[in-house]
Amino acid sequence: MIRLQNIEKVYRTDTIETLALNSISLDIAKGEFLSIMGPSGCGKSTLLNIMGLLDTPSKGDIKISDQKTDHLSDKQLAQFRNQKLGFIFQSYHLINDLQVLDNVELPLLYRNTTAKERKMLATEALEKVGLSNRIKHFPTQLSGGQRQRVAIARAIVGRPEIILADEPTGNLDSAMGNEIMDILINLNRNEGTTIVMVTHDENMAHKTHRLVRLFDGSQVQ
Amino acid sequence: MLKNYFKIAIAVLRRRKFFTFISLFGISFTLTILLVLTSFIDKVVGDSYPDRKRDRSLYVTRLQESGKDGQSSSTPSYYFLTHFVGSLKTPVKLGISTSFAGTNTYVNNKKLAVNYKYTNADYWDIMEYDFIEGKAFNKLQIDNADKVAVISEDMKSEYFGDIPSVIGKYIEADNVKYRVIGVVKNVPITSYNLYSDIYLPYTVSKNDYKKGRGYLGDFTAVMLASSTTDVPRMSDEYDAMMRRIPMESKEYNKMSSHAESYFRSYVNTGNDNMSGVTIVLIIITIFVLLVTVLPTLNLVNINITRIMERSSEIGVRKAFGASSGTLVYQFLVENIILTLLGGLIGVVLSFIAIQVINSFHLIPNLVLSINFTVLGIGLLVCFFFGLLSGVYPAWRMSKLNVVTALKAQ
Repeated sequence: MIRLQNIEKVYRTDTIETLALNSISLDIAKGEFLSIMGPSGCGKSTLLNIMGLLDTPSKGDIKISDQKTDHLSDKQLAQFRNQKLGFIFQSYHLINDLQVLDNVELPLLYRNTTAKERKMLATEALEKVGLSNRIKHFPTQLSGGQRQRVAIARAIVGRPEIILADEPTGNLDSAMGNEIMDILINLNRNEGTTIVMVTHDENMAHKTHRLVRLFDGSQVQ
Repeated sequence: MLKNYFKIAIAVLRRRKFFTFISLFGISFTLTILLVLTSFIDKVVGDSYPDRKRDRSLYVTRLQESGKDGQSSSTPSYYFLTHFVGSLKTPVKLGISTSFAGTNTYVNNKKLAVNYKYTNADYWDIMEYDFIEGKAFNKLQIDNADKVAVISEDMKSEYFGDIPSVIGKYIEADNVKYRVIGVVKNVPITSYNLYSDIYLPYTVSKNDYKKGRGYLGDFTAVMLASSTTDVPRMSDEYDAMMRRIPMESKEYNKMSSHAESYFRSYVNTGNDNMSGVTIVLIIITIFVLLVTVLPTLNLVNINITRIMERSSEIGVRKAFGASSGTLVYQFLVENIILTLLGGLIGVVLSFIAIQVINSFHLIPNLVLSINFTVLGIGLLVCFFFGLLSGVYPAWRMSKLNVVTALKAQ
């Protein structure tokens, strides 16, 4: 599903070069739930951003769904992300000016869908995360756990094949974190969605199929 | 999608009220200035009362003589107009009048400032003043130097008060009593060649206008052609006449004067090397640029700040499938909503400003109004503002790297 070959990421300034990722090769199968662990600054999020086509590697190849992505234009990349990928962020990144339903509808705005379809799919996604009674609320009126559930609904509303979650439980207490983790596990189990999750939490990581550890930009497990 | 953009545009406007106020104030204030200005220009240049035959008229308002020791420029003299201009074949009428002059008169021991001007009979044939009562003086009355007057409706009410008719009554100006024979609708002072409170036969003037053969004096003229197609010929004939007539004195070696259209004569500087039209266009352009470019730059700045605050949103939208083009479109739509809102406020403010200008009589007899053309131009200006002030910030922000944008929160 996702194939990374010899991925390198170097950050350059006038005076210094920092190697954030060093020759990472990784195959992630369809339907796999993979977690990435490592200390802060080891390149976990960078790797996830590269997998999500939000960032480009300095070297190496990426294939997603057997498609090479390095030649895609800005518009094609946007379309690819919209169709294939869903994102969950540690700090939710909901748009506070929009109601829950509008936030969840967001990925569908960039597809050919009618307002009616958007509303139906967004409501369905919110039902899956148990928040169908909060559609008229604004994000600031919700708890952290509820916000992350809205973010999951937004990630799944377009039925992407892959979900990339960057520390989805990082801002939540353990009970809330477990709730979110259960939603992700169910999504993976019932819908066959491939999930790649960056986490600091060993317990959460052990609930996934496979664990990849990074240290100083290199894969150590 | 538009509904979503509209929702977020309104939410953003409500979120930072001070920024919103500054933006809306800038747009609406600028638009108000532009609308009042265009309304003013429209009225001053576009209004054809009382010279409704403007399309077949040419105006002679300046004469310039120059020599080694300097130059003189003024309105022409009665002699110049009757002797030379009066000899032209193409004009079917030659309206002659002085510029208006001021004097004081007294009504019930109260001082009243009045403006008066002298005209010939053709002037009334060319100009189509709306007579509220009575009529203009004719050639016979002029030849007889009858002390008769046509007055404006404002003069009527100020001098005589609220009475139905003043025909046959006497009005005093410059210590002379004139019999009122007509009352005309007001002409705004901005039509300075046609405006006056009191119109008198030129033969009653205290100045001995017939004396002397100087070319410079107090008069202006309107030449009327029989049709619009004759106007170029009338102009050519005038120019030919100017080349033919002798210099007024040995002091001068060059003389110039033109029979011009209303607008050209209106902005005539009296100097051939400095076109009034060019000056007016330059002044208007600079003014419009100042009042539009400065607020636009200000808006660009505010927009960048506003959009920068939303970098997390930009990151999220990009992550979920918005291309740079889609984001530019979104921000432009939002900006156009903002500017159109400012535009609507501007239109309301313009109506209020025009009402104030009209009710306080800031410019005598000038009644400004907003017409639909001006309104349309105003809203177009707003739309242009929206695009201009939104394109650069939108383009800049749409190029923002997704990861950087997401980290900015």
